[in-house]
Amino acid sequence: MIPACPLASLPRGEALRLDVDPPIAVFHTDDGEIFAIDDTCTHQDASLADGWLEGCEVECPLHASRFDLRTGQVDAPPAKRPVRTHEVVVEDDTIYVVPSDAPPNLPPGVTLKEQA
Amino acid sequence: MNTICVVGASLAGLLTARALRSQGYGGRIVVIGEEQHRPYDRPPLSKDFLKGAIGEADLALEGEDEEPGIEWRLGVAATRLDATARRLTLSDGTSLAADGVVIATGAAARTLPGTEGLAGVHTLRTLDDARALRADLATARRLVVIGGGFIGAEVAATARELGLDVTLVESGPAPLAGVIGLTMAQALAGLHEERGVRLVRGVQVTEVTGTERADGVRLSDGTHLPADVVVAGIGAVPNIAWLGDSGLELGDGVLCDEGGGASVPGVVAVGDCAAWWDPAQGRHHRIEHWTGARQRAVVAAATLLSGGTARPEPARPAYFWSDQFDVKIQFIGHARDADTVTVEEGDPAGGSFLAVYRQGDRPVAVLGVNQVRLFTRWRRRLETAPVQAG
Ligand SMILES: Cc1cc2nc3c(=O)[nH]c(=O)nc-3n(C[C@H](O)[C@H](O)[C@H](O)COP(=O)(O)OP(=O)(O)OC[C@H]3O[C@@H](n4cnc5c(N)ncnc54)[C@H](O)[C@@H]3O)c2cc1C
Ligand code: FES
Repeated sequence: MIPACPLASLPRGEALRLDVDPPIAVFHTDDGEIFAIDDTCTHQDASLADGWLEGCEVECPLHASRFDLRTGQVDAPPAKRPVRTHEVVVEDDTIYVVPSDAPPNLPPGVTLKEQA
Repeated sequence: MNTICVVGASLAGLLTARALRSQGYGGRIVVIGEEQHRPYDRPPLSKDFLKGAIGEADLALEGEDEEPGIEWRLGVAATRLDATARRLTLSDGTSLAADGVVIATGAAARTLPGTEGLAGVHTLRTLDDARALRADLATARRLVVIGGGFIGAEVAATARELGLDVTLVESGPAPLAGVIGLTMAQALAGLHEERGVRLVRGVQVTEVTGTERADGVRLSDGTHLPADVVVAGIGAVPNIAWLGDSGLELGDGVLCDEGGGASVPGVVAVGDCAAWWDPAQGRHHRIEHWTGARQRAVVAAATLLSGGTARPEPARPAYFWSDQFDVKIQFIGHARDADTVTVEEGDPAGGSFLAVYRQGDRPVAVLGVNQVRLFTRWRRRLETAPVQAG
C-alpha cells in the first residue's frame, strides 16, 4: 500500500500524480469518490492527472480520449487500450493506493524506469 | 433505414459508423475506402511515425475488440453519387443503393504544379506517402520544406531531429501565422530556429530544380537552395471532385447545415471534406483537425438517423494540437476574431507559455505551448462558454 496524501489535501475535482514507476494518478470526483489509475495515457506520453475530470471520467489533456476511472475503459480513439486501475483505501484520513499486479498498458515508446 | 453507406474509411468515416451503432442503428453499414488500409491515424505520420519511434501497427484506429457488423470495401473509390436516389457508383464498376449516405472523403494534399514525375518531391497525407518520405529521408542530407503550415513545420522538426539539414520556406511572415496570428507565430518561429531549422520567410518558391530527381528549390529572390529531398506542405483540398454532378451543394467542401446535413435529405458529410454552417462565425467552413471529426461524427450520425430533426448542440470552438520537437502546441478558437493577445503564463523565450486572445474582454482563442495542464482548463472554459452569434 502506498500512502498518497492526507484526504484533506486533495479537494473534490482535483487530481494528484504519484511519482512511482509507472506514475499513478489519484482523482477525487465531485461526488466525493476517490479513484486511482496509471497516470500515463495509453495513447502517448500524457499525464492524465493534467486531464479534465468530469463525473467518473477523465479526459486526456492531449487528444481527448476519455477513461472511465472505475474500469479504466476508453471511450474513443486515439487511445485504444484501457488504462490500468488501482484500488484505493482511505484510512485515518489518509489516502492509500494498492498498486495493481496487472501489467500496465503503457504507450509505445514509454517504458518502466527499471527497464530503461 | 436498412443500408447506410459511408464513403471514406478513415477517422471521420469510422467514428460516424461507430456513432450510428451506438445511437441504436442496427441495419447494414458499408464503408467504402479508396486506400487499401483499415482506418489509421494520420497525425503521427509527420511526427513519431516519420521519426521511426512507432510502427504501422501503432497507427490503427480500431482496437482489438472492435465491434463487428461493418462491411468494409477497401481499395475501391466512389466515383459518382446521385444524391436524390442515394445511389453510388464505384471504381470497380459496381453500384450501390443506400437509404443514408455519409460522405467522409477527407482531403488530399495540394501538389506543386510542375513537379509531377520528379523523384524526391513529396507531399504527406497518407501512410503510403509517409513510408515513401521516411525511406527518402533515410539517405538524405538536406531537406527543403515548402510551406510553413502545421504539416510543414512538423516535418521540418522531425527531419531536424533525424539529423538532417533543414530549411523551411514560408511565403508569409512566419510559419503558422495564418492560424495562430503573427505575434505568436513569431515566438514559435524562434523555437524552430533555436533548434537548428533555417527559416526563409516572405519569399515564394518559383521552381523545384532537377531533371529526374529534385536537386533544389529556386526562390522568387533568385536564391537557389540545394536539396536532396523536397516536401511541399502547401495545404489540402477537400476530396469532392467525385461529387461534381451529385446534385449536392458544394463550395470549399460539401456544404452542410449546422448538424452536418447536406443539401439533399439522407446525406450527411463529416470530417475534412465537410463545410458545416457555423452560426457563431456566420459562414460555412471546414475544420481540418482531428477533434473536429471526432465531435462532428456523433452529430452527423444523429442528423442522419433522425432525418434531420435532431437539434445539434451549438458547435464548440475547434481544438487542435501539434507536436514539434519537444514542444507541445495546443490551440483552441479563432485567432482572427481577436483584437489583443497576451501571454498569461510563462515566457515565449523560455519555450513554455500560455497566451489568451481576446475580443474586448471576451477570450476567443487560447494557445498553449508546453502548458498542458493550464491549457486544459482554458479549453474547458472556452468549450463551455455560451456561444455568441458573431
Ligand atoms: C501528416 C498529418 C498530420 C496531422 N496532424 C494533426 C495534428 O497534429 N492535430 C490535428 O488535430 N490534426 C492533424 N491532422 C489532421 C487530421 O488527421 C485530419 O483532420 C483527419 O484525418 C480528418 O479525417 P477524415 O476522415 O475527415 O479525412 P481523411 O483522414 O483524409 O480520410 C479520408 C479518406 O477517404 C478516402 N477517400 C477519398 N475519396 C474517396 C472516394 N471517392 N471513395 C472512397 N474513399 C475515398 C481517402 O482515401 C481517405 O482514406 C494531420 C493530418 C496529416 C495528413
Ligand atoms: S495522449 Fe492521451 S489520447 Fe493521445
